[in-house]
Amino acid sequence: MSSSKVTVEERQDMAPMSTPHHHSGRHFKTYFLILLVIIFSPLGNVLLSTGMKEVGPMTFHSASQFFGVFAQVFTSGAIWLGIASLFVYFISYMLVLSWADYSYVQPATAMGYVIVALLGHFVLHETVTPLRWIGISLIFLGVLVVGHTPPRTTEHR
Amino acid sequence: MLKELVLLFLIVFAGTGGELCVTRAMKKLGEVKDFRPASLARTIFRVLGVGWMWLGVALMALAFFSLLGMLSLESVSFVVPVTALNYVAGALGGKFFLGERVMGRRWAGVFLVCIGVTCVFFSRR
Repeated sequence: MSSSKVTVEERQDMAPMSTPHHHSGRHFKTYFLILLVIIFSPLGNVLLSTGMKEVGPMTFHSASQFFGVFAQVFTSGAIWLGIASLFVYFISYMLVLSWADYSYVQPATAMGYVIVALLGHFVLHETVTPLRWIGISLIFLGVLVVGHTPPRTTEHR
Repeated sequence: MLKELVLLFLIVFAGTGGELCVTRAMKKLGEVKDFRPASLARTIFRVLGVGWMWLGVALMALAFFSLLGMLSLESVSFVVPVTALNYVAGALGGKFFLGERVMGRRWAGVFLVCIGVTCVFFSRR
């Protein structure tokens, strides 16, 4: 029991030392949460996709079919892992937004679109055509531009 | 094709509508300053009394199931980029529903997202 306590304390000691900066603790926290956002949002979507491909195309011709699909969805391990990933993403995103600027965090969200395409291509072996890459790049740029506007407009001026 | 369009419509409009309703409910409640568990629990309890919250959560759930439906039909490198239309709906909703001022620069970004989504949409085999 006491040994696990020591490791936690060691970790807390090491984090601020890794960057010789005044607010290094907060910087570390911010980078760490942004990293979680970048990893868990695309991962969640890829896992949901994997799960849904196992379930098969959703069709709702009858009520019994609907509940059948519903049961399959909520007994799929991949879907639950996907939901858990999106939950981690959502919590990290909310937490980081409670102190960091929206425009500072926005590039991380934009990156998600590129990462999800990379994962789709390399992990799920989806065909990503050049036109789709162009589209994804434009979306990435668009999100960056949107993020570069003041985060609050309802009280200024 | 029609099914995909309906699902995309639900993902974007139910998702954004849900977030707008939740934003409205939270603004009605006021800024959350106390993060101690007991007062957080009280905040959650109070927010359940705001009608907008219920509508918001219902809409977000609808958007989530539409996303699952869409992922059962299409590849993830198609579905996630086209849902970037959320930024378009968000800018429109922020302007007309919450009375936020959306400036030229943001519209330019929204325009880029629109072109990007169009490209991705036409890259569907």
